Amino acid sequence: MNSGRTNANARIGYIAFNTFREAVRDRVLYNLIAFALLLSGAAILVGEISIDVERLVVVNLGLTAVSLFGVVIAIFIGIGLVSKEIDKRTLYTVLSRPVRRWEFVVGKFFGLTGTLVVNTVLMAVGVFLALLYVAHKFEKMDAWVLVALYFIVLQFLIVCALALFFSSFSTPLMSAVFTFALFVIGSLAEDLRGFARITSGVGGWLATAVAYLVPNFSALNVISQVAHGDPVSGRLILYNSVYALLYSAMAISGAVLIFQRRDLK
Amino acid sequence: MAAIEILDLEKSYLVGFWRKRPKLALRPLRLTIEEGEVFGFLGPNGAGKTTTLKLLMGLVFPTAGSARILGSDMDEPRVKSQIGFLPEQPYFYDHLTARELLNYYGQLSGVPAKGRAARVEQMLTRVGLSDSAGMQLRKFSKGMLQRLGLAQAVLHDPKLLFLDEPMSGLDPTGRREVRDMIQELRHEGKTVFFSTHILSDAEALCDRVGIIHQGELRGVGAVVELTSQKQGKVEIIFCAQAVPAALTSLGGEARLSGDMVNAVLPEEQQDAALEVLRRERLKLISLTPVRSSLEEYYIQKLRPTEGRKEKEEDRKGVGV
Repeated sequence: MNSGRTNANARIGYIAFNTFREAVRDRVLYNLIAFALLLSGAAILVGEISIDVERLVVVNLGLTAVSLFGVVIAIFIGIGLVSKEIDKRTLYTVLSRPVRRWEFVVGKFFGLTGTLVVNTVLMAVGVFLALLYVAHKFEKMDAWVLVALYFIVLQFLIVCALALFFSSFSTPLMSAVFTFALFVIGSLAEDLRGFARITSGVGGWLATAVAYLVPNFSALNVISQVAHGDPVSGRLILYNSVYALLYSAMAISGAVLIFQRRDLK
Repeated sequence: MAAIEILDLEKSYLVGFWRKRPKLALRPLRLTIEEGEVFGFLGPNGAGKTTTLKLLMGLVFPTAGSARILGSDMDEPRVKSQIGFLPEQPYFYDHLTARELLNYYGQLSGVPAKGRAARVEQMLTRVGLSDSAGMQLRKFSKGMLQRLGLAQAVLHDPKLLFLDEPMSGLDPTGRREVRDMIQELRHEGKTVFFSTHILSDAEALCDRVGIIHQGELRGVGAVVELTSQKQGKVEIIFCAQAVPAALTSLGGEARLSGDMVNAVLPEEQQDAALEVLRRERLKLISLTPVRSSLEEYYIQKLRPTEGRKEKEEDRKGVGV
């Protein structure tokens, strides 16, 4: 009966799919209704008071909403990804199978990021429909909106990984506080780096350390830029992709290291 | 080959908020379970049964000692594919249906895709859940979850099963079915290690039992031997309207129930008692030597001996 031939990748895939299915069945995607209402209301309102900034408003509002809705989901599901399984003891019948602890953590991470990608794709459709409604046609510069959406997904990767990392050693509430605080500080990372540059002495060292340690979410935010139709450089796309992948990998590795040693009481 | 070899496995937890101090949950445990054996791990609640099972499943890490399962280290994935585990009061993903859950566990355990669906249906039928296979688990009763727990434990046809309180939450019919299932597993040559505090289940099912109390293994023995030791007494059952006065003078105890008398007498009074029955023309129903029960063995092992009393006074606060 037992072939024992499943490999780690397959097991991670099964865990990720189960996590995705759980999120969908727990009505996580219902946030799309609120998003659709918000965006269609804004589009109609902007259409009424047209002063040639419809596109700017719709892109700004739409992408900011995509980012905020996603971050809230990433934090509130991310903090419970592993801790909920420990509390509800659903983990016992998974880890007693040929599943390594790191496979479980990575599978849960991919499951949640997969949910967020699907959520973002559906929201992106909404943003483009709203754009079409107010502008009546697509323009070439609208393609940069896709880059902004890609960066938003990269933000989600980091937020999910951080939520998972904090939840591997602290309570869900504290994990939510830590992750949200890092999201806010990280969104001001460029300002923090600027502050570090003009500060000297121990304070300067400290500011530099903090500025480079917190995730640089401000570099991943090009919403205003693309709303104005400005292009995004290929170099920034590459830099942000590598940065987000490395940062998430580090946070996930930290979560795995802690979880590997944890007793499941 | 031994199915389970536990070599001085020990577990303590750090407790306390400011000043952490170790609390011993399991004293060094040394135990060997042979292949094909049904072993009952008995003890009151909080004795250390679940801690032992969690250690063997790799859910908690030992403070000292080790264990080998089917000849390999216990956290070896190849070994885990040969193990089935039913936790105490199992919880499952309640967003899934019973069929989806078993399919998911089948995937994780390496059950080949071809034939997996059929195997899932077979298991659902075996535990009497085929009618509820498409229902989400949040609507399942405790007993249904317990049955599903058994199904997931045997789904991948493991060689070795760890069952933590498998009869808990079940009605008498359900308990009977689980007992039958464990018997079937024995006939299939599986090794079963199960914890329980229900002695009649252990007596009916186990080849050997181990008694654990306050984190310490107090005794191990074969059920047949433990329950076949004569106690130097005989039980005589006969028809009568009253307990004959001549019988009470022989010592022991006799009680009338309807038109039957049940008397327990010292073995050396057996002939004299039969003589009384013959003389008074009373009909003998049965005469059997009184044997020790598992319950007596259990109680005896739980009772602190003098040596143990001292140890317990030295080491208060044991038992998770």
